[in-house]
Parts: sequence; C-alpha cells; structure tokens
Amino acid sequence: MRIIYCFMPQSSGEVSVFGVDVTQEPSKIKARIGVMPQEDNLDPDLNALENLIVYARYFNIPRRGALLSASNLLQFVQLEGKMKAKIGNLSGGMKRRLILARALINNPELLILDEPTTGLDPHSRHTVWDKLKQLREKDTTLVLTTHYMEEAEKLCDRVAIMDGGKIVTIDSPSSLMQLHGGNLEDVYLKLTGKGLTVT
Amino acid sequence: MISPNLTRAFRVWQRNFTVYTKLYLSSLALNFVEPILYLAALGIGLGAFVKEINGVPYINFIAPGIIASSSMFAAIYECTYGTYVRMTFQKTFDAILATPVNVDDLIAGELMWGATKSMIYGTIIMIVISVFGLVDSSLVALAIPLLFISGLVFAEISLIFVAIVPGIDSFNYFYTLLMTPMFLFSGIFFPLDNLPPVVVKIAFFTPLYHLVNICRSFASGHLAAPMKDIAWIIVIALLLAPCPFVLMRKRIMK
Repeated sequence: MRIIYCFMPQSSGEVSVFGVDVTQEPSKIKARIGVMPQEDNLDPDLNALENLIVYARYFNIPRRGALLSASNLLQFVQLEGKMKAKIGNLSGGMKRRLILARALINNPELLILDEPTTGLDPHSRHTVWDKLKQLREKDTTLVLTTHYMEEAEKLCDRVAIMDGGKIVTIDSPSSLMQLHGGNLEDVYLKLTGKGLTVT
Repeated sequence: MISPNLTRAFRVWQRNFTVYTKLYLSSLALNFVEPILYLAALGIGLGAFVKEINGVPYINFIAPGIIASSSMFAAIYECTYGTYVRMTFQKTFDAILATPVNVDDLIAGELMWGATKSMIYGTIIMIVISVFGLVDSSLVALAIPLLFISGLVFAEISLIFVAIVPGIDSFNYFYTLLMTPMFLFSGIFFPLDNLPPVVVKIAFFTPLYHLVNICRSFASGHLAAPMKDIAWIIVIALLLAPCPFVLMRKRIMK
C-alpha cells in the first residue's frame, strides 16, 4: 500500500499508478489519489474543519473551493456538527470518518484504504461501509486491504487473497465462493492453508 | 539530488504557521518571560556589581546577546522537540506525505519554519529591549534578515539531531552538551578575550558566537565590523543544508 501511494520505494520490480512510475513523478500520482491510512494521523493541533482545509492546501486547492468541499465532505461523513471539534474529543468512528473525508478532499480518482474499519464498533463500521458503497456508485475506484472477509465480500468487485506477500488468487467474491464453497472466510482459510484441522 | 518544490514547502511552512497563530498569544507571552528574566537578573542584578564592560553599561552589553539567544532557542526547540513530535507521536508527516508534498518539500518547509520562528522571536526581543532603551542604534533592525539565516543554521543542526536520535529523551544531550554551553560561552554575558584562547577557538565554530557579534555590533551602530561573522553564518547555512535532507529522508522512509 505504501508503495502505491509513493511513501516508500519498492524493493524490487516496477510499480506504476495511472501508467506513471511511482519513483518518477510521485507528486503527480499523489495529486490524483486519496489515502485513508490504517492509523489515525489527523492533525491534533487543528480542529476538524481545519484538518480538511490545511490538507487541501497540500494539494494547492484554492481556499474558497477548499471551504466548499470541506463542508460538503463533513456533511457526507455526517460530521457537520463537529466542525470546530478538537480531534482528541472525537470518537474512534468519527475519526475514521473524518480521515475518509480528508482522503476525499482532492476528489481522487483512486481511493486507497488500509484496513478502513479495523477497531471500530459494528455501528461505526456499517456507517463507513455505507459511505464507501456510495463512493463506489459514483465510480471512484477503491483499493482496500482488510482482515475482515465480510468487509471484502460486501464492498469488493474483485478480491485478491494474499499470503506471505504473494497473491494466491484474484477473482470476484461470488465466483471465489462458488468455486471453493462456503463464504469468503472459508475460501480464505482453505486457500492459505490456515484452516484448523483437528485429527 | 535534493529538490524541494518551493510551493509545496511553503504549504508545510503554512501548516506550522496556522497552528502557531492559533496559539501565539500564549506561546509569545511565555517566551517573553525567559529573556526578560535574564535581562533583569543579570543585567540589573549582576550589573550592580559589574558596572561596565568595554565602556558599555552591563545591561546594555548583554541585551543584544539576548536577542541572539532568544532566536536560537526558538529555532532549536521548534526543530527538535516540535519536529520530532510531528514526525513520531502525531504522525503529521505521514499524513502530509500522502499528498503531493514529498519528503524534500516537507524538510524544506520545516527548516523554513524554524528560521521564521527564530526571526520572529529575535525580532520581538529586539523590540522589547529597544523600548527599554537598551540599544544605541536603530541599525539593529538590519540584523533581522540575519536572524533568519542563523535561524536556518540552528534549524539545520536540530533536524540533523532529529534524524539520528533514538528517542525524544535524547534531546537532553543536545540541550545540555551543545545548546547550554553555546549560550554561556558565546560572549553574551562576558567578552571571551580574557579567557584561555582555546575558548575563542571553540566559540568560533558555533553559530551563536557569530550571531552575538552581529547583534552587538549592529546595536551599537557598527555595520562593517561583523562582516566575517555574517559571511560565516551564510557559508555554514549553505554547507549544512544537504545534511538534514539526506539524514531525514533515511529516518522518514524507514
């Protein structure tokens, strides 16, 4: 994930995003993607709205446009009442939603989500899923990693099951389940050989 | 190749400036206190015994040096503790690097901000001591751009430390073994001429010594005297510049 969003150079091989090599023009790639990292790295020195406005500046988005999209995005993630809230006073679910809003500030063509709902309660998780589904319907490409097979089943058109850094299989959730039987979790356990076998 | 983009570096600078303007009243007030305490305790207290140095009343002798030390403290605290917290605990750098801002832009922005803050704090103390009538010449204002350049040197040194320290506690070594001796032996409180020559030789290698010379000369209206000091600061700022980039890249990409 970190290689795709140009944070680290790859140790071997080639990676290109939108046909551009990640080591050549990282800024051009990063201008067109949104990143929702696994850890909460909201800026605690700024309030919720300022987090979005300051983030927009890194993309060189003019202030007026930034204010407009920031308030739209806060509405989208149902945080319009928390504009002036300190980051420390937001719940875990609110923080995740604010990070999602921040990742969308540049209207990205590609959204990268690193375990977007890890550590969330079921209610917050469903809220985030709803938002991601809405984005998918608006034709934003989502690339997400997850340990929750239910999440992959609900959100993904194509699922790659990875084991030890290698892709074991890649297909739509429905055909994977048809081919291997059971739900996606069973498929995962079967393919990665980590099913508990009791003898 | 070190190739920061100036617009993007400015965005990082601007982030720090935005945060600073939210808190500046409280932080400014606090930062006033320390230099004023030094001036009062040493200038007035010690000044009662040490009447004059080189024909200058003692408090007037140390006042320009306090401009220099305040600006040094501002850059060092900002670019050690401040930068380190942004980099590690707050993960602000991780968030910024997911945007078009690249690591070189980020480091350039942090350096520029450290230099700016150094200039702001030095200038404020300059205004305060001028109001108290402790400077003889308004030419002291010409030192302001030099406060920025020396601030850059302090910021560069600080970022080099940020890149290599194992943890936040390690900054105590930097403060105790480098910053404090520099503060005490750079000619702020007494001329170094009467000390063993080795002290002057060591002081020559510290940026604060040169900044004190500049501030003191300008404050007494002598512009030409510290030309060598000005050259020293500019050359060192340029020579050190690549180091924080190379070292911080390694640290951040780890």
